[in-house]
Amino acid sequence: MPWPKETRWLGKETPRVDGPAKVTGRAKFTSDIVLPGVLHGAILRAKWPAAHVKSVNLEKARRAPGIKAAILVNEGEFEVRYAGQEIAALAGTSKQAVLDALALIEVSAEPAAFVVKELEAVKADAPQVFAGKANLTEGAAKETGEVAAAFAAAAAVAEATVSTPIQLHQPMEPHGHTVQIDGDELTAWSSTQGVFACRDSFAKSMNFPQSKVRVTCEHMGGGFGSKFNPGVEGLLCAKLAQAAGAPVKLMLTRAEEGLAVGNRPSSFQKLKLAADAEGKLTAFEIYSVGTPGFAAGANQGGGSGGASFPAPYIYKPAATRVKQGSVAVNAGQSCAFRAPGHPVASVGMEAVLDELAVKLGVDPVEIRIKNDPHEIRRKEYALGAEKFGWKEKYRKPGASPGPVKTGVGVAGAAWMSGGRGTQAEIQVNADGTVEVRVGTQDLGTGSRTVVQVVAAEMLGLDRDRITVRIGDSRFPPSGSSGGSQTTAAVSPAIFDACENVLAELKKVSGLDDPRGANWKAACAKLGSAPLQVRGKWREGLSTGGAGGVQFAEVGVDTDMGAVKVKKVLVVQDCGLVVNKLTCESQINGGVIMGLGYALYEQRVMDARTGFVLNPTLENYKLPGAADLPEIQIMLLDMPERGVIGVGEPCTVPTASAIANAVANALGVRVPDLPLTPDRVLAALGKVPKGATGTAARPDATAGAFAAVAAAPEAEWVESNGGCHSYT
Amino acid sequence: MKRNPGDAAAPSGSEVFLASGLSRRTFLKSLGTSAVTAAAMGAEQVSQGLAQANAERPVGPGAVPVTLTVNGEKKTFRLEPRVTLLEALRGEAGLTGAKEACDRATCGACTVLLDGTPVYACSMLAIEAQGAEITTIEGIAKNGELSALQKAMVDKDGLQCGYCSPGMVMVLTALLRKNPRPTEAEVRHAIAGNLCRCGSYPRIVAAARAASGQSAGTKLTFISSHDHAVA
Ligand code: FES
Ligand code: FES
Repeated sequence: MPWPKETRWLGKETPRVDGPAKVTGRAKFTSDIVLPGVLHGAILRAKWPAAHVKSVNLEKARRAPGIKAAILVNEGEFEVRYAGQEIAALAGTSKQAVLDALALIEVSAEPAAFVVKELEAVKADAPQVFAGKANLTEGAAKETGEVAAAFAAAAAVAEATVSTPIQLHQPMEPHGHTVQIDGDELTAWSSTQGVFACRDSFAKSMNFPQSKVRVTCEHMGGGFGSKFNPGVEGLLCAKLAQAAGAPVKLMLTRAEEGLAVGNRPSSFQKLKLAADAEGKLTAFEIYSVGTPGFAAGANQGGGSGGASFPAPYIYKPAATRVKQGSVAVNAGQSCAFRAPGHPVASVGMEAVLDELAVKLGVDPVEIRIKNDPHEIRRKEYALGAEKFGWKEKYRKPGASPGPVKTGVGVAGAAWMSGGRGTQAEIQVNADGTVEVRVGTQDLGTGSRTVVQVVAAEMLGLDRDRITVRIGDSRFPPSGSSGGSQTTAAVSPAIFDACENVLAELKKVSGLDDPRGANWKAACAKLGSAPLQVRGKWREGLSTGGAGGVQFAEVGVDTDMGAVKVKKVLVVQDCGLVVNKLTCESQINGGVIMGLGYALYEQRVMDARTGFVLNPTLENYKLPGAADLPEIQIMLLDMPERGVIGVGEPCTVPTASAIANAVANALGVRVPDLPLTPDRVLAALGKVPKGATGTAARPDATAGAFAAVAAAPEAEWVESNGGCHSYT
Repeated sequence: MKRNPGDAAAPSGSEVFLASGLSRRTFLKSLGTSAVTAAAMGAEQVSQGLAQANAERPVGPGAVPVTLTVNGEKKTFRLEPRVTLLEALRGEAGLTGAKEACDRATCGACTVLLDGTPVYACSMLAIEAQGAEITTIEGIAKNGELSALQKAMVDKDGLQCGYCSPGMVMVLTALLRKNPRPTEAEVRHAIAGNLCRCGSYPRIVAAARAASGQSAGTKLTFISSHDHAVA
């Protein structure tokens, strides 16, 4: 690994370079962009979960005071498939004018039958989301080994049925854009995870040459997988700008965030796991079904797709049978969400593994060390167990005395990370200042700071010499920020560009080593033409594959049903650490998001009206400062592996570890996430089962699992995240 | 909003308030939010209040002059009475530091100080804020010099995307003015009305503690490679 061993910046605690701008309000986020003469854009959405729209009349709205453009999403008649679907959009001189005019749009529609609950949608007589097509798709299937024989020969077999909710992204900055069309040039200020992906998407849908489209994103307020492309709102914003002949800003409202910009698919999982007398896993079986909303099915002209997940996740029993179905419902569609598939996979697998450990009378940490195919994770379990005090804290399930029971749980994760294909440009000026330009973006992960750290290290300079310019599709290309790939994709390109800078500067200045103390003298030789040098990603500086394990300690109030997470210990590897400070922040964030998934977050659909009951933050509960556990992080330094991203693996095992800790505290599993008080009390038999949770009731889920088992088999595609590449 | 707008010296456009200091809006709001209040007031008082409220001369719906004192500067805008303080600050005054994230008093991204007290600017009308000293995030750093809290937020990495940061800085600035050495629990309590989807809370708490000269050690253990050599 050619990264330097002795470092001044690399691997240290470096405060983020855009910190001062962000804590003073100076930082301009996409939503802060105000162009002269900009119009306010807004969208009219369907109020029916299913309907046939016959006509939309914009005339009254168009004539309303202040309105400059009114456009339709669909020409002619069309189908509405969820409450919140885009119908029309307006642009006007003020928010108030546009809100008034939205009320004047006349939509003539025939409401239709709808279904919003997964377990209803799988039924043969359920209303069809796409007429003439079954809601349930073919089940993705995979079978290895002799499954029946392996179960029959096992020393112990455990079963579990669990469910996981639809989780909403809810980034603090809503989705949105400002678009300006000036002659044949289109410029967009986008809150995005991919300036190049947005550029291409705007070019295609607006029929502009790519060379005439520019997308910038100086600062953006979080995406978590939901901001890879402009979205319907981006295209409407561009069309409004075109129609109005003026720039338009269109930021979604919080309620729209809860309806229409993506989510993590739900799951119902029926699992079975077996081991031999030594505790080695021998057989595994899963039937699952979940919903990615209406839209994943649009590609296939019906049904759905996209709710499958890796199974048996990170473990490798020889005999496995997997069958996973996806079911369409009349609700907003799923999209990528921080570690797609993995938290869902982990919750089921780690639950049934703990049930098996209990049957075998084996300690949960031991059964993982025995069966985890990855040596780094095995090491992490051992290190973590010691730091956490696992041996002292672990008691038999339900053995904790008193009405507030404590429990501990543990779970592991894998993520492919990786990342490549970035280019960068460095300009060195005669006064010794440096500008680094790269078309990546900073979602809050600290990528801008990563660029500065690497450049300062390689050029031997103070950080403040280096100005980093990112978030612009006119800069050298870099991929979208997703899959925990940005740091690993960007760092090598900066490294390479710096090497090229040093080589050039050597030539120009005649100095042997232009770095550090010689820098000023070397740059002075440049004269009036700054040095401009390119670099690109190269092999050997970064790699993929990050694992991690987490331990959780909880207290559960058995009278009130409330779960309090007291402590989470993270043991994580991520290769060469570029910046400890921002790395730690990302891990904190991953844990807190996992805590939300475990305890609070779920999109609730109303079966009667077909509406999302909690699209806004009043009722969609995000974790707050009061909910914080103590979070302890152990980072395994592995510089020899090169740079690896960490944003996703750190959120995967949190919910599983918490759910296992709650099961350990109570001596009975709460099968439905989130683990809300009513479900805890139901699991304890203190209130009737199934008031809100469904996995707890076999009668509710049996039909769905049978339907998946009977569905035609589809080819198994190893889903996003490739946990098996980390072996 | 705990502050009674009528307490303020009458600013221009103050006709929205009754001479008694009870505005139609505040009066109706108190009825709407609390049946207990209404019951406690007694029917007679309620009807008196209503009569008084109905006698009030309404302003709008068209634009009216609204004078705001923001970061020590007085500015007059022409705004429809339904324009929120946040919209006025961001759209009219060009101060985009306070963010709109929910527009419904649930996240705190829009927090500004009104006579030193944190308020959700999205859930207050601009016209109600007349006469008060409004401080926004832009008014915290003096001559470009970060406050101790802002410095600590940067040094302790109390932010990721940074969208919640202006709101966090505002509530914590108010806290530290009142309580210069808050405990961890007090800091958490202060930011309980501010959401951060990036999950930066642990480092925000650390920043507030560091800014008040208290220890805010990192919870990170860095295990160097020879200590965890994998066979
Ligand atoms: S924007 Fe005001 S509280 Fe969320
Ligand atoms: S730092 Fe992103 S929301 Fe708080």
